[in-house]
Amino acid sequence: MGYIEFLSEHGATLLLGTVMTLKVLACSIILYVIISMIFGLMRLSKNPIIQGTATVYIEFFRGTSLLVQLFWVYYVLPFFGISLEAFTAGVVALGLNFGAYGAEIVRGGILAVPKGQWEAAFSLNFSPVKRMKNIIIPQIFPIILPPAANLTVELLKATALVALVTVVDLTFEARQINSITWLSVQCFGTALLIYYFISRFILVPFLRWLEVLASRKIGKGGI
Amino acid sequence: MEMGWRWDFAYEILPQMLVATFNTIVAAGVGYVIALVVGLFFLLGQRTPSKIINIINREIVEFIRSTPLLIQLFFVYFVLPQFGITLSAWVCGMITIGLHFGTYLSEVYRGALEGVSKAQWEACRALNFSTIYTYRRIVLPQAFPIAIPGMGNYLVGIFKDTPLLSTIGVAELFHAATAVGGYHYRYLEPYTMVGVIFLILSIPAAMGIRKLEKKVNLAQGKIKN
Repeated sequence: MGYIEFLSEHGATLLLGTVMTLKVLACSIILYVIISMIFGLMRLSKNPIIQGTATVYIEFFRGTSLLVQLFWVYYVLPFFGISLEAFTAGVVALGLNFGAYGAEIVRGGILAVPKGQWEAAFSLNFSPVKRMKNIIIPQIFPIILPPAANLTVELLKATALVALVTVVDLTFEARQINSITWLSVQCFGTALLIYYFISRFILVPFLRWLEVLASRKIGKGGI
Repeated sequence: MEMGWRWDFAYEILPQMLVATFNTIVAAGVGYVIALVVGLFFLLGQRTPSKIINIINREIVEFIRSTPLLIQLFFVYFVLPQFGITLSAWVCGMITIGLHFGTYLSEVYRGALEGVSKAQWEACRALNFSTIYTYRRIVLPQAFPIAIPGMGNYLVGIFKDTPLLSTIGVAELFHAATAVGGYHYRYLEPYTMVGVIFLILSIPAAMGIRKLEKKVNLAQGKIKN
């Protein structure tokens, strides 16, 4: 069977899977960004309990495998009476895992803001909340966006794992078609190309644009 | 079915899990060694004077880096037999992991080589050292400490990605947990134990890498922190 024929027969299915992959990606990006912010700030807290909680969380999720976490959320949480849908379980596991990596990026970004900025805010008698909100946080974006962009590309690749907890995404569809037709080259090849396309021509340009936007906002880099 | 954690069940499956842990460590180790070598080849492709090879090399690296390891595994596992090459799941897994992380390691190598200052190269040129001598005695000893954190991180990274091998039937830790869980229809203990074993192995590994990094930096006369 030619490739064109393959596409006309299974293209729609793969496209549906792609839409699901994008949905998983969008939801888990939102979740991981929120988690990174919260835990990144908690990690810098002076309160040992808050800081300890954040450290344990980060070390735990960075120390174990994403697949294990995913299966744990999907298959083990029901033992404790929490049954999540496959999609929710996938997004929660991805968000928690990448949130742990993101929190470290946020922490690094906050620490990288020059000391003079902190001191200036202090001498202007800003409250700690105002200091964070108006002075420090706006400045961390140009610092954290490049590593966060890498992390987000990793996240796109990691969304493939949700297929293993029965989310009907691109990987799931590719596997399904493979098991029916045994046209492995076509279906996995197409899936690889779609992931590549999303990453190289949609996600990465978008993240670069955000980087430019962020550095322009604080008056650095005049592109 | 009894809810909650059952210690007796955990003890019962512990030997099986430990055997599988050994397999996981072997898989990670072999995959890492392959990745280290593959990374060198990609580095060579990047540094050859030919522009065409550079571009092809970069595109291949980009492609491998921006597609999921899981599908690459399926691709290698299902596609090679169609061309008459039948490899065991283990071999497929090792090849794929080696290729995938080889691209990452080539970036680590490149960063490390570029981290050696240009003046060092110029000094070697001025002293009329041969290229091989320059690399062996001057550049590589300085590039190595720069590469250590990255290399270490990817060792832990490969270790944490070995559970993916279970999807093509490699009998590593996660595969064992799924099999045990399916047999007894109890997933709480097996999956939790997998998580704990991963923590027990990867946290000390990460700390060890940090220590090694410090030690090498000290030996080089560079002290960070």
